[in-house]
Amino acid sequence: MLDAYPDNRLALILLWGFSALVMAFLMLPTLVVVPLSFSASDLLEFPPRAYSLRWYENFFGSATWMAGLRTSLILGTLTATVAVPLALLACISINRLGGKAALAIQGVLLTPSIVPGILLAIGLFFVLAAQGLVGTLFGVLVGHVVLAIPVACIVLLPALARFDWNQVQAARSLGANWARAIGGIIVPQLRLSLLSATLMAFLTSLDESVISIFVASGRNSTLPKLMFLSLRDQIDPTIAAISTLWTAIVVVVVLIVTLRQRS
Amino acid sequence: MTAIVDPALAADARRERRFFLSLSLPALFIVGLAAILPILWIIRQSFLTTGGEYTVGNYEKVLSSGLTWSALLTTLELSLGTLVICILLGTPLALALASARPRVANLLMAFVMLPLWTSILVRTYGWLVLLRRDGLINAALTGSGLTAEPLPLVYNFTGTLIGMVHYMLPLFLLPVYAAMRDIDANLVRAAASMGATLGHVIRTVILPLSAGGIFSGSMIVFIYTIGFFITPAVLGGGKVNPLSIRIERTLSTFQDWGSASVLGILLLVLMALIGVMFLAARRLMARNKVGAAHA
Repeated sequence: MLDAYPDNRLALILLWGFSALVMAFLMLPTLVVVPLSFSASDLLEFPPRAYSLRWYENFFGSATWMAGLRTSLILGTLTATVAVPLALLACISINRLGGKAALAIQGVLLTPSIVPGILLAIGLFFVLAAQGLVGTLFGVLVGHVVLAIPVACIVLLPALARFDWNQVQAARSLGANWARAIGGIIVPQLRLSLLSATLMAFLTSLDESVISIFVASGRNSTLPKLMFLSLRDQIDPTIAAISTLWTAIVVVVVLIVTLRQRS
Repeated sequence: MTAIVDPALAADARRERRFFLSLSLPALFIVGLAAILPILWIIRQSFLTTGGEYTVGNYEKVLSSGLTWSALLTTLELSLGTLVICILLGTPLALALASARPRVANLLMAFVMLPLWTSILVRTYGWLVLLRRDGLINAALTGSGLTAEPLPLVYNFTGTLIGMVHYMLPLFLLPVYAAMRDIDANLVRAAASMGATLGHVIRTVILPLSAGGIFSGSMIVFIYTIGFFITPAVLGGGKVNPLSIRIERTLSTFQDWGSASVLGILLLVLMALIGVMFLAARRLMARNKVGAAHA
């Protein structure tokens, strides 16, 4: 766009120099934890004087951290399992209805991602407390499912828009019931988008911290909740190891999703 | 499906519509259960004493407390501060990315979006490591002789603001970059061929045409930051107390559910007010045809 100004070297250099600094600012905190996680020292020295895997051993050897990891993985799997089918059905509904009804449904489904997390968290805490369900996996699960549904819909709606609905009508006219038409035609054709939606829903749950902090407790504490508590008390290099593993996993998942979508 | 005259077919179409409507019921039900019911419950709780009797005492207590108003002020300062810095850092970056070749721009965008894919706790930890008294940045500053003493960069307002800008910048950047990418490069070339300087083109062509994107980005920044919890809780070190932190403290330290609920409603009202303001401003912008195409 600025190619009309080849003579303004200085301005362009300034613009790109500034942009490089801003990009460094964006990447710095994610990258700085990687070398720290391999440090041999108790102190957060940078660059580390000696390297070791002790913080990884610490993480995998700790019963508390492992329980948190287990909870988070179970919760992520359950969230994806519940949220994606619900989102698929809702997206079919939005796609077929169109008009005001579709807008209204979308509006309601988006509510949880607009309302501040802290409000969802304390409201959910009150509701669960009234039922004696605070600290249960179920409480956190419903919270994560409503956050994952809009994320899954963002992936599934465009995919359904490209889907040729005549196929379903053909199947229906040949006597297939709705369950068969959806399970036998829509699901297999949207399998790549469904896989993306599943991974995104899983990540949404894995990443969620505020609801977990308020609603999960004891054995059902998630990894983000444990990290939060540990960050508040002291800075333990074990967190650097967890952070590095975490970022690596997320980067791999995001790469899979983007590459799949391209192919 | 537009002109159905046969009553039997019309009944069929109605039945099919009802069926499609019913498909969204499970999702709507769980959103109602886990998002809408909790909000209603906060409203109910705000009118109850600890004993469960009806009262307006919670409102009197919270609204007459100086802590509430200073929390409100801190919330607005953090949001506004984040917004101003995002505009100052994000707009030039968006311009650079939008003027780059598509291949380069896509690659750089992937790097810019990296923080978006990293857990907020990972990033907060990264900032703690960087900003502490004996952290990386202070070591660099004192080591190079730029400052004699380490600067207080974290466990205060500055640290919180840095963490919040870092969280919001990619989200602000997306709509601004999209708006700038959509600008017809020929407009810039035309202006240049008629002798407009670069500064003039940025002010009179590029910025007005990307106003819609900057506007959307600003709305996103405000709506997100107003309820931020993790960043002030960790990087604020107990000294930065926006509404979200007051809510948590009222709930977990003082076990005062009623007052926590009133603070929650205050947060909700604040969000609604800001949302209405943004929508009104958007309508005004559209009427003045400034950036109407992108608004």
